Amino acid sequence: MAIELKNATFQGYKRENGRVGVRNHVIILPVDDLSNAACDAVANNIKGTLAIPHPYGRLQFGADLELHFRTLIGTGSNPNVAAVVVIGIEDGWAKRVADGIAKTGKPVSSFGIEGHGDMETVRFASKAAKEYVHWASELQREERPLKDLWVSTKCGESDTTSGIGSNPCVGNAFDKLYPHGVTLVFGETTELTGGENLVAARCRTPQVRERFMFMFNRYQEVVSRHKTSDLMDSQPTKGNIAGGLTTIEEKALGNIQKIGRKCLIDGVLDKAEVPSGPGLWFMDSSSAAAEMVTLCAASGYVVHFFPTGQCNVIGNPILPVIKLCANPRTVRLMAEHLDVDVSGITRREINMDQAGDKLLEMMFRTANGRLTAAEALGHREFVLTRLYESA
Amino acid sequence: MIHFVVHDENDSVGVVVVEGVKAGQELTGWIMDQDREIKVQAKNDIPIGHKLAIRELKADATVIKYGVDIGRAVAPIRVGEHAHVHNIKTKRW
Repeated sequence: MAIELKNATFQGYKRENGRVGVRNHVIILPVDDLSNAACDAVANNIKGTLAIPHPYGRLQFGADLELHFRTLIGTGSNPNVAAVVVIGIEDGWAKRVADGIAKTGKPVSSFGIEGHGDMETVRFASKAAKEYVHWASELQREERPLKDLWVSTKCGESDTTSGIGSNPCVGNAFDKLYPHGVTLVFGETTELTGGENLVAARCRTPQVRERFMFMFNRYQEVVSRHKTSDLMDSQPTKGNIAGGLTTIEEKALGNIQKIGRKCLIDGVLDKAEVPSGPGLWFMDSSSAAAEMVTLCAASGYVVHFFPTGQCNVIGNPILPVIKLCANPRTVRLMAEHLDVDVSGITRREINMDQAGDKLLEMMFRTANGRLTAAEALGHREFVLTRLYESA
Repeated sequence: MIHFVVHDENDSVGVVVVEGVKAGQELTGWIMDQDREIKVQAKNDIPIGHKLAIRELKADATVIKYGVDIGRAVAPIRVGEHAHVHNIKTKRW
């Protein structure tokens, strides 16, 4: 029976700013690498919190620093997060991140380590975190309309079955979600190489098309400036090649299946930018899985579709990553990492419409609280995109 | 039983979707867009997920998949032959 999306609802956490989350995390967010130890200590003290360590945040400047702040503020602002404790080596930047998150209206506190040391910082930050956990643990899910769900996609460790099965399955689901006012996003700029004209043709207006081509060409220039070969083993990756993908063009054409056949691209986002309305957005982004998914979370997406061929095991600390696969061999060998098996497509046992419905059913179950394979296995890859060297 | 899948009837290659394809084996392919079947004899052992040529390709010929250019043949490729990084390269980068 086909899944009915008209009047469909899910059980979510409505946040102070009206956005709706499907998880209820209290996160301990370091501004910089130096604050990871204190964040880990707070998360160890206070059960039910989650530290999100990362290696950056010092001596960055210009657009790279802006992206750093935008990603951290976006992560804290994501509606899958109930409350945030921010810790930085010094007060100023910690407060800057906390002030950005506070615009959502959610509880947030910031702490600077300098002048206090790790132990006193951990003591005060733990007190704040404990209050947040008590408060967040009493929040209740409520019934919300489908349009409140923001869904992102990015594929990984792709092979030829991605283009045959799992990517067009996401495309089928996107085509079904789009008319219901869901906010959608895809990206992976270099991984459109060879199919960029097909994407450009799907842009709703000439302005959107121009902006898309600007982003596409900007990334091509990065590749041209730094490349020492035809990127063989990097893009496509060794895993892609082992899985049967031969050229970037072939990989891109498989990748593009994720945006379906009907929905149009309504707008273009820079990295970690928040979309201003429903529809399908293109976000300029790396094709590296953890970087791209981290950017989706920072843009405010609450559920992620991750089609895979050879099986990338990625997850994210705050964004549930639903993994689907159409490769029968991968399904046999890597089932523990997969949420949806669509390998029946390659055997002609199910059609794309049925596969899309299978994914949508798992989307609702995940939104309603089912932990994904990546969540159950503790995958919390949080990887910040860097634009250039630190000063 | 489907051994390989082809996206579009104008494509030069199909994708093996079962494990253990051996040289000499008669293979049945499913052309998805036109929903019809074709037969090809495998010229090599071909791993799952890898491509085979379903039409003759001369050296330097454009390779078509999804009805679109995915690169160029850098060696002649016969029908049923394994088609991958040893005989196809990107036209980009």
